[in-house]
Amino acid sequence: MAEPATQSNPTEDRLATLTMPQNGWADAARKAALARVREMGLPGRRDEYWKFTRPDSLTQPDAPKASLFHNDEGPLFDDMDRLKIVFVDGIFDAEKSDDLTMSGVRIDRLATSADIHWAADLYGSLEADGHYVQRPLAALNTAFATDGVLIHVTDKAEKPINFIYLHENETSDAILHHVVKVDAGAELTLLETGPAAARFNKSMEVDVADGATFHHVRAQGRDHERRAITHIFTRLGTESTFKSFTLTVNGRLTRNECVIDIQGDDAVAHVAGACVGDGDFHHDDTVFVTHDALRCESRQVFKKVLRNGAVGVFQGKILVKQGAQKTDGYQISQSLLLDDDSQFLAKPELEIYADDVACSHGSTSGAIDEEALFYLRSRGVPAGIATDLLTLAFLAEAVEEIEDEALRDALVERLEGWLERHRG
Amino acid sequence: MLNIKDLHVQLEEEDKQILKGVDLTVEAGKVHAIMGPNGSGKSTLSYVLSGRDGYEVTSGEATLDGEDLLDMEPEERAAAGLFLAFQYPVEIPGVGNMTFLRTAVNAQRKARGQDEMSAADFLKVIRAKAKDLKIDADMLKRPVNVGFSGGEKKRNEILQMAMLEPKMCILDETDSGLDVDAMKLVADGVNALRDAGRGFLVITHYQRLLDHIKPDVVHIMADGKIVKTGGPELALEVENNGYADILAEVA
Ligand SMILES: Nc1ncnc2c1ncn2[C@@H]1O[C@H](COP(=O)(O)OP(=O)(O)O)[C@@H](O)[C@H]1O
Ligand SMILES: [Mg+2]
Repeated sequence: MAEPATQSNPTEDRLATLTMPQNGWADAARKAALARVREMGLPGRRDEYWKFTRPDSLTQPDAPKASLFHNDEGPLFDDMDRLKIVFVDGIFDAEKSDDLTMSGVRIDRLATSADIHWAADLYGSLEADGHYVQRPLAALNTAFATDGVLIHVTDKAEKPINFIYLHENETSDAILHHVVKVDAGAELTLLETGPAAARFNKSMEVDVADGATFHHVRAQGRDHERRAITHIFTRLGTESTFKSFTLTVNGRLTRNECVIDIQGDDAVAHVAGACVGDGDFHHDDTVFVTHDALRCESRQVFKKVLRNGAVGVFQGKILVKQGAQKTDGYQISQSLLLDDDSQFLAKPELEIYADDVACSHGSTSGAIDEEALFYLRSRGVPAGIATDLLTLAFLAEAVEEIEDEALRDALVERLEGWLERHRG
Repeated sequence: MLNIKDLHVQLEEEDKQILKGVDLTVEAGKVHAIMGPNGSGKSTLSYVLSGRDGYEVTSGEATLDGEDLLDMEPEERAAAGLFLAFQYPVEIPGVGNMTFLRTAVNAQRKARGQDEMSAADFLKVIRAKAKDLKIDADMLKRPVNVGFSGGEKKRNEILQMAMLEPKMCILDETDSGLDVDAMKLVADGVNALRDAGRGFLVITHYQRLLDHIKPDVVHIMADGKIVKTGGPELALEVENNGYADILAEVA
């Protein structure tokens, strides 16, 4: 017998699988976020902002299965002194984590935080302000995040914090939300590593106060079949610094959105990414930088290496508001296509309402430089190694955005390992 | 050492014959020079020997110590001991000169079944050789040939040759664009490598270089063929009278 025809609503179908956690101080923000989700509706294939990336697997009720991946690479940043905060399939694991105390920083778990909390003013608020373009999956995250941490940085943090996301369940569907508040003059380096879950929706709101510094280095790797949608919402105060770098290797689908709101004069915001994809790989960097202050600098540097039909997407916008004079905005997105099957889709945008600014953007797609390849080979460097050297050279401009040499070296080593395993 | 027999080469893309039967033998310990008008096929010969894409060998052969060069990948030819100092060295942004050289040296050692050179040993050797060629630490650190002057690029070629210690060195117009001092440095670099086990094929337009690097044999190439072979006096003849007389004589 035929099923009765029902008018399905993808947003409600997805919402039906979720339960809103209760934690007092965040409840109002969660309810408001749910209202935003309903108003916007989850993204569909016809949404302009999702023209290059199909949102279906991110919005469907259940997470598609993602097998676990095994190789003999040790954990990233393992030899570095850092405070580890471990999540297994999106659930905080106290056993595997370090003690959450260190000087200059207060860390609470979202799921068990006290009834009145400093984060009440921030949770969901940067996200709510970040909808110049609709980001319903971020609102969904605010409404339903089950875990995450709240980090209040009051001084120079003693050492970096490392969120380690382990993936052990092939159908895990994790929603994590972190809030980071960096007080005036304070400093934090935040590291994020690991595949997280079969499907991962992660949001991070970062408030960088006057003169504060926030460095973020993230490595998304390992399990190839995983899917992720991540958002960073940041607000920058006067003379503050925000620098974020993401390395992505593997992943069926990754969309990293970064929404930067520069509100204080003389602030600096850099966001960069390097990704390498082979085969069934889709990687999307979507960035929106708003300049609303004087003499600020923003840089977007994205490099993608694609082979065997891998797809790279870049949507980047610099919005310079009226009065944001002396803005220095730079944006570059480039792909290295290692064969004819791969593709790079880019939509760079500038929207400028101030008259005394210097903004530039560029986007290119290219192949390996055959002249350079022959030159290297003529010196005895085998074709595979020569291609790797040229690929790393292509990625260098993005990788060099990582200021800390040890972190940079650790990521370059990962890249080298990946390139070696994926030689064509 | 290097044996080229009746080598015919055409472009892959178009039906254009460039080498029309080159015969040439370079013995170990000898320096052979090739001179010839622009467009006669000298660079093509050097590229075909080193394995660059875009050329099709239609007949003939080229061997190095009996090994068929034309059957090998470019990196295999290098490991077999062939080296080409490029007429136009390639700039490679993002790849450090030092990283490049260490990778090349160790790849060749590996291909020959030798142990890799340690970073410390490598540094010691390269510093000494760079000093002889007046290549400073900054040039070693910079990306390969990027921002190098014409002379710096050519000295960098000789440094690579000195580090890789090939059996058979081909120099394609390494003297072009060099001032007198740079030419002397390059020539000294080449002479330092002269050895009973090593052969040289020096492509040049000028006697100047051959004053410093004394050739044993001089060949004249024209329209894809070696048209005349002689001793060092042949280079002087070219210097004084140009190619016209020689070409008329063999026509
Ligand atoms: N890739 C190429 N495409 C087209 N013509 C070429 C190519 N390589 C060489 N030639 C032609 O072959 C001839 C020989 O060139 P070349 O070997 O560079 O001469 P030489 O080094 O003696 O000046 C010239 O006519 C040149 O234009
Ligand atoms: Mg030439």
